Amino acid sequence: MGAVATYLGNIRQTVSSIFEGMAVTASHFVRKPYTVQYPDRMPIRVQDTLPFRYRGILEVDLEICTGCLACERACPIDCIVIVAEKHPQTKSMVLSQFDIDIAKCMFCGLCSEPCPTGSIHHTTEFEGADFSLESLIRRFVKEPVAAYRPKKGPETDPRIAPILSRGMNFLTQWAQPGGEKPPADEEAA
Amino acid sequence: MQQLADHLIASGLFGAHPPRDLIYALIIFVLCLVVFMGIAFPFAAIVTWVERRVWARIQSRVGPNRVGPNGFLQWLADGVKLACKEDIIPNQADPRLFKAAPYLVMIAYVLPWAVVPFSSDLILADLNVGILYMTAVTALTVVGVLMAGWASNDKWSLIGGIRSAAQIVSYEIPAGLSIFPVVLITGTLSMQGIIRAQGWAPNNWFLFNNPFTFAAASILFISALAEGNRTPFDLPEAESELVAGYVTEYSGLRYLFFFMAEWGALFIIGAIVTALFLGGWQFPHLSHSRVVMNVLQLITFNVKVLSVVFLSMWIRATLPRVRIDQLMSLCWKYFVPMSFINLIGTALWVAIWPDGNPVAGYIMAVLAFVVLVIFLRRVIYYLRKSRMEIYVSPVI
Repeated sequence: MGAVATYLGNIRQTVSSIFEGMAVTASHFVRKPYTVQYPDRMPIRVQDTLPFRYRGILEVDLEICTGCLACERACPIDCIVIVAEKHPQTKSMVLSQFDIDIAKCMFCGLCSEPCPTGSIHHTTEFEGADFSLESLIRRFVKEPVAAYRPKKGPETDPRIAPILSRGMNFLTQWAQPGGEKPPADEEAA
Repeated sequence: MQQLADHLIASGLFGAHPPRDLIYALIIFVLCLVVFMGIAFPFAAIVTWVERRVWARIQSRVGPNRVGPNGFLQWLADGVKLACKEDIIPNQADPRLFKAAPYLVMIAYVLPWAVVPFSSDLILADLNVGILYMTAVTALTVVGVLMAGWASNDKWSLIGGIRSAAQIVSYEIPAGLSIFPVVLITGTLSMQGIIRAQGWAPNNWFLFNNPFTFAAASILFISALAEGNRTPFDLPEAESELVAGYVTEYSGLRYLFFFMAEWGALFIIGAIVTALFLGGWQFPHLSHSRVVMNVLQLITFNVKVLSVVFLSMWIRATLPRVRIDQLMSLCWKYFVPMSFINLIGTALWVAIWPDGNPVAGYIMAVLAFVVLVIFLRRVIYYLRKSRMEIYVSPVI
């Protein structure tokens, strides 16, 4: 009798479990798919949904770059190349080259930490694919330009002020509790 | 087919003294063209896209939706891609058998279409052994599959082929035994005869004729899935163990042939189940026009077949693959004894009520409706539990 009960129990269990399983899949059939159809069928760009501290491709705001070379020294793989010299007459720093090799960059963020003004910072941009290594080098200096000099008190130039406040915002967002203070004073001196 | 031709000749379409044989040949040629170019091959191709979309939705994905409107032309892209590929024949393979196997499988797919009853007139050949012929030629697949497995000279292919042979031969028995109850009731093997013995209303279908035919229909459907190498019985192609089974060494068009036959067999499975148990093309006699009735019957038949095809896709997305010992125990320990019980039970039923029992038909149809309602309540319960909003649009 036990064998017959097992036999019939197996049939009952099979039918009821398939019944439940089919109900589950049927309920999934009328749900909206979770698929994100990157890149072309998105209601909003992925870049715009990323958080502020996302470590995407580096960007430099030349308007507020002091030419202190802190980022170049901080970079562990030397993907940043800066040429900055003191102009003999005006005694101000003149940037003649500021290249970042995105092909080498490992997005560690060490360059953006010592930057006194937040000039070099990460963006949320990550689509950097290209056909040659040379085109991955981002050249930010088109022609030699005078470096930014921090002023005592608030910024007076209305063109620079918003860029500077944005750069400083990067610094506060990135600041780690107990971290080293950015060497802004000694470079400015 | 002959009835249709005789009707056309009698209506005077071909003049007073028509060349009979020539007209027969012409009509069968045109019908072949319609059935194969209009239904058989497009179905085998397009069903791949439909199935992938259905699975995708069940698995909360989107599925192919890039080629053409909503990915509808995906089958064309896949076909062209496979047709352009190199046809590789392994060095150690038996070239003659290796080349012949896909054609045999394709022949086993093409032959059953001769007795698929699309409507009261649209059938290539209303053989008086229709359903027997159907089971006989679909079993031809096993020759092609075994040939492919052997000729590939490869362990995976051989194991896949042997598994497939064991599976198809085993499941032929419950499938064949599940056809007998219907034959007992109708006393004919002809597809049209079986369909004419049923009615358009569900309570007149053989599915609800008596409890034994209902069990027989379930066994026939599951056995047909096993014969068609469909999940949960797709052991010959179990990717995790056998790479691709007997198609491992195939590429290009020959690979395409195997898969067209396998996908297309879905329609044959649906057609067998529909014709035997779901009332076939039966439709209420609404119009006196023969053409209108045939069109309505054609639509009815195809809707029923596609519902069965959808059910098999749904099962494929639900159930995991069974083990080979589970497969064999299901067949020999459960289906074969149950098929014999069905056969004896139906024989007794027919002996007691030779003209059928209409009350049983009503009761079973109502019971099936109740089960369907319970099922829908379970579906709604799962939807509520997950607090998901319903999204039924096929477009995304």
